[in-house]
Amino acid sequence: MSVPALEARGLVKQFGALLATDDVSFTIQAGARQALIGPNGAGKTTLINLLTGVVEPTEGQVLLQDHNVTALSSSQRVRLGLSRTFQINQLFPHLTPAESLGLAISERNGSGADFWRVAGTRPAIVAEIEELLTRFGLEGEMDQPTRKLPYGKQRLLEIALALATRPRVLLLDEPAAGVPEEERQDILAALSALPADVAILLIEHDMDLVFTFATRISVLVAGRLLTEGEPEEIAADERVRAVYLGEDAG
Amino acid sequence: MRAAQPTATTRRLEAHLHRRARWRWPEIVFWVAALGAIVVLPSRAALINEILIAGLFALSLDLILGLTGIVSLGQAAFFGLGAYSAAILASKGFADPTLGLLFGAAIAAVLGLATAPLLLRGGDLTRLMVTLGVSLMLGELANRNGWLTGGADGLNFSMGKVLGLFPIGFTGQRNAALYSFAALFILFAVARRLAQSPFGLALAAIRENRLRAGALGIATSRRIVAIYTVSAAYAGAAGALLAETTQIVSLDLFDFHRSADVMLMLIIGGAGYLYGGIIGAAVFIVLRDVISAATPEYWEFWIGALLVVLVLIGRERIHDFAVRAASSLAPDAARGDAA
Amino acid sequence: MLTILFDGVAYGMLLFVLASGLSVTLGLMNFINLAHGAFAMVGGYVTALLMNRAGVPFLVTLPAAFLIPAILGVALERTLYRRLYGASPLDQVLFTIGLVLMAMPIADFFLGDEPQQVNLPAWLSGSATVYGVGISLYRLFIVAVCGAIAALLQIFLVRTRFGAQLRAAVDDTRVADGLGINVDRIFAVAFAVGSGLAGLGGALAADVVGGIDPSFPVKFLVTFLIVVTIGGANGILGALFGALLLGVLDVAGKYYVPSIGGFIIYGVMVVTLVLRPQGMFARGDGR
Repeated sequence: MSVPALEARGLVKQFGALLATDDVSFTIQAGARQALIGPNGAGKTTLINLLTGVVEPTEGQVLLQDHNVTALSSSQRVRLGLSRTFQINQLFPHLTPAESLGLAISERNGSGADFWRVAGTRPAIVAEIEELLTRFGLEGEMDQPTRKLPYGKQRLLEIALALATRPRVLLLDEPAAGVPEEERQDILAALSALPADVAILLIEHDMDLVFTFATRISVLVAGRLLTEGEPEEIAADERVRAVYLGEDAG
Repeated sequence: MRAAQPTATTRRLEAHLHRRARWRWPEIVFWVAALGAIVVLPSRAALINEILIAGLFALSLDLILGLTGIVSLGQAAFFGLGAYSAAILASKGFADPTLGLLFGAAIAAVLGLATAPLLLRGGDLTRLMVTLGVSLMLGELANRNGWLTGGADGLNFSMGKVLGLFPIGFTGQRNAALYSFAALFILFAVARRLAQSPFGLALAAIRENRLRAGALGIATSRRIVAIYTVSAAYAGAAGALLAETTQIVSLDLFDFHRSADVMLMLIIGGAGYLYGGIIGAAVFIVLRDVISAATPEYWEFWIGALLVVLVLIGRERIHDFAVRAASSLAPDAARGDAA
Repeated sequence: MLTILFDGVAYGMLLFVLASGLSVTLGLMNFINLAHGAFAMVGGYVTALLMNRAGVPFLVTLPAAFLIPAILGVALERTLYRRLYGASPLDQVLFTIGLVLMAMPIADFFLGDEPQQVNLPAWLSGSATVYGVGISLYRLFIVAVCGAIAALLQIFLVRTRFGAQLRAAVDDTRVADGLGINVDRIFAVAFAVGSGLAGLGGALAADVVGGIDPSFPVKFLVTFLIVVTIGGANGILGALFGALLLGVLDVAGKYYVPSIGGFIIYGVMVVTLVLRPQGMFARGDGR
């Protein structure tokens, strides 16, 4: 096995008396399509916050390509290739998609502190913005303020922004949350077109999406990893049915 | 990769990203009109000079409040410091205005850099109080060190000629206004450029959503420190201009009401598109002149009423209305939102 | 030395009553009311005018100095302030600065810019010597009245049902609403009491600060803010602590190290803010 793209080792997070994350260890291989599922309150959001450095773990480590990044800030981890999307849109309402993407790209390639050159005059950056806009079907809206975009397009921009940082590991936090049925197909298409070399951890409630997308599934219950395996194994697992699928179907 | 021949999308994208880079005709009209006012109304030169300086001061606030979304009630600290720095330099015999202007801006920038870290923690409320506290401390410092600042009496001094050619001050009020105009225009052009750079875009991102800005790898703290320093330098330059063109400084430069007034000017003109401060300064000072000519002492009431109404109607709504109105006048000039 | 300490305590007590309303709106409700001093000004004017123009005795004017600003406060709260509870701090600052800018010329227009003096009754002027410490009777009176108010407020907020409801309403407006607490009414009452206390403070302060004039709301604004900043979210006791600290530091500072003067209190405020930026105000304010 090669070096895992992302590894969690014995992560523990205690909030006062509440044990939100209880000794979680797992790995994500380069280019993996992995999903993290679990009922409400299982601690999925806390786990993402631990991985991305928003919250500091009580115990345990986070390794990115075998580098210990536990002590690094979120923005430092982003520069090392760990990016995320947000369950609730975190966009720039008055900037346009083109500007937002240009910002992410210039920040990545080191021209973010450039205060003299007009943004978007470097052909390489313009080409990359265009490539991302096209890939996510946002060319038509590229010069509209983000707040005026339909919700589904905003969700797509959410993913495009994360991708613009050229991550090696991408955490997708419920990318289809709240998207109306008719725009759902666009999200699914965008997900399946993500670059193959980027490892992806999908946190999702929607079981259809999880089982079409993921080749490996981890189940989080009450802060602990209950089990891990291929989609067929998880679907057949009685315990998973009991705590999760049962609830969903009931 | 795209083909070598630029596609329609590429052209549209480039046009969009550069849309504010070129100076539009309303902007050119604006600056020509300002310059024209000085030439045509020499009897009003002192008032115009005051507007230009207040406009630069409000521009300094726009850099942090409008562009970056960092609130401050202490901008007077830098204004006063810049003014006193230039005044003290001149009273020690270095009376060249340009030198004093640069000196005032530089000293204010140092204070900005030193106090910027205080802004990184806490929310808006904390920032309002910290910036207010810093400006009050500085005013008290100036008050208590009369050997340097003249204390409550202030400082009187004389200035040299701009570039060794043009006398400014009481006998050269038109020159003074032209000097302020030149300084404002150059600093405005720099700010305009800065706002369109990747750095300026990062500031907008911090204003819009600091969480996401950090999640894109933007070092938000360093950007805030940088722009706060630049803003301090601009406020210092405005203070230095006021000191040089009036050849007197006094402790009221540090007053709370200076910080409040400059915020009112920016809000009246609209924050975030750089012209707001200058327009607001003009409206504010002309209003003050007109109202206090009619009912001296009570003009503040009308400014207060204006503010209350502005807030109750909603600044965002007024701004949207203005953008729509502007775009119906000049379709391509006001396209999109101010950023 | 003890005289100075006592003067400082008296000044601090006065600041507490003046600022206690602000510590509720700013410290608990997270609303920045820079116009708070205007209510204090109204209270000062009520006492001064009733005494000087109608010959009403000092003590009798005090209830009016509480009630009139309280009624004014509730009227403004119902019509204007409440629209801005959810607004950004910047909007709240602008709005309340606007109110101050309107209040000062109004006072000037009707009453002129000469300070209105409050002439203390004979039994309150003069001083006594207690254990060799010279104490002004009026300062003693202030300490007694303000101390009583502080105690009453603390009991009011901690022991009564209203206090519990206010804290619940401040903590989570929606949940409180769901529990059947009339949040609107709670906020209105809190605002009225705060404005009334400011008015009472203004009346009591008139003598100490040399009369009430139209610039009062701005002159003391910063001092109020510092009291609340130092006291922070710790309710009445925090504000009391902040006010006493400030009062003693200010009086002692001006006496012993006049060369530094106001610098001390501003410094204390900035240091406090830097050390406890979030703990300073009730729930912080995001970001």
